[in-house]
Amino acid sequence: MPELRFTKDHEWVRQDGDAAVIGITDHAQNALGDVVFVDLPEVGREVAAGEACAVVESVKAASDVYAPIAGRIVEVNSALTEDPGLINREPSGEGWFFKLEPKDPAEIAALMDDAAYARFVESQA
Amino acid sequence: MAESESLLETPLGALHRSLGGRMVPFAGYAMPVQYPAGIMAEHLHCRSAAALFDVSHMGQAEILGAEGAEDAAAALERVTPADIRALKPGRQRYGLLMTPEGGIFDDFMVANLGDRLFLVVNASRKHLDFPLIEAALPAGVTLRPLPDRALLALQGPGVEAAIAPLAPALAALSFMGVARAEIAGIPVLASRSGYTGEDGFEISVAAEQAEALAKALLALPGVQPAGLGARDSLRLEAGLCLYGQDIDETTSPVEAALTWAIGKRRRMDWDFPGAGRVREELANGPKRLRVGLKPEGRQPARAHTPIQAADGTPIGEVTSGGFGPSLNGPMAMGYVARPHAGDGTALELLVRGKALPARVAATPFVPHRYKR
Repeated sequence: MPELRFTKDHEWVRQDGDAAVIGITDHAQNALGDVVFVDLPEVGREVAAGEACAVVESVKAASDVYAPIAGRIVEVNSALTEDPGLINREPSGEGWFFKLEPKDPAEIAALMDDAAYARFVESQA
Repeated sequence: MAESESLLETPLGALHRSLGGRMVPFAGYAMPVQYPAGIMAEHLHCRSAAALFDVSHMGQAEILGAEGAEDAAAALERVTPADIRALKPGRQRYGLLMTPEGGIFDDFMVANLGDRLFLVVNASRKHLDFPLIEAALPAGVTLRPLPDRALLALQGPGVEAAIAPLAPALAALSFMGVARAEIAGIPVLASRSGYTGEDGFEISVAAEQAEALAKALLALPGVQPAGLGARDSLRLEAGLCLYGQDIDETTSPVEAALTWAIGKRRRMDWDFPGAGRVREELANGPKRLRVGLKPEGRQPARAHTPIQAADGTPIGEVTSGGFGPSLNGPMAMGYVARPHAGDGTALELLVRGKALPARVAATPFVPHRYKR
């Protein structure tokens, strides 16, 4: 499985053929707590890097999920609507949010790698 | 976080950390919002078994009269529309502190201990409440804040069976009963009350014995710690107001649907602060009313969500909203213009610019299970 890249807003990105799969990190799901609802973007929507395009709601609060890179939404994870708890149980697997067709795939490589993200989380503690 | 340096600690701060509590700032205190089990599990455990909450940040005080609780009761009535004089020894009651304009200054619990009154007020308001009450007391009646006492809430259907072997006198109390007792050899003042809709106790204890008491209660069968997150979802399911969110100095008791907290005698004498506004609203109806709201579907609507009629006319705002773990769905409360306040009325909640269909719903969302 290709490696994950990370943002400072605690999203992860994984290249999957021509698409980029996006979700939130284990650190993020742990901070949010039990997820009870997700608001996913419309397929076909063009998003800029850093644009809020999904919302994840826990018992406690609502949080935005941002597009890590620019592109067009090509698929959303409809399984989350029925079972939002997937985000808590498998944040970097079955709990993915949406897939983008990247405007510039090089943007993915410019994001933090595993070690850099771990250092970032550490620095925020 | 720089802000944590100036936060106050309750006597249970070290215990919360040893239990893995996630500490957050609340009303100037570092408080556990949850433990490792998480808000959902803590909430459901309280509804199915028993949960222990630290509420030591709340303000405790006594009012002492020259002739015992009787002149203390008459004195407290100067700042509240509750009937305190009718409160019998060993009983507790909910009350409101009022502004002269008829807004709610705070809400509180008051118990008649026979020789004195015992008060519990909100953490966020205690620094204002105590001077307000003190200023209203006549000579010979004194308010004595009790900052050296902790307060624990033990809540849930399993509480009575768990505590009965340790303190049979407490198990014999009915809802809103109050008694002094010993739990595991520790002297406490306990009331059969709470903020979850479940049976349970609120237990006042000397600060230096709070940790020993908390550990003794956590050792009882079925008792798990729960944080402020579960406390909030439990009270919202129970339809109970949070001061500063659902009620404040701008809301009247009539608007807040808390008219039941005004004593019948007080409603004949109109001798409390803000009586003019209360009397006018009772006679003519308030412009707005606090109601329960049930969004359709799964999406929660949070505090400050605008409420509109089906035709798009703005009619109010959500004051508390979230997801009810026991309800297994979203729930909210808020104020709406009176013509829209009837149970079942269809309206819309404007969540992130989208109109979410909802209906006015009776509260509590989850039935109370008090020990009557």
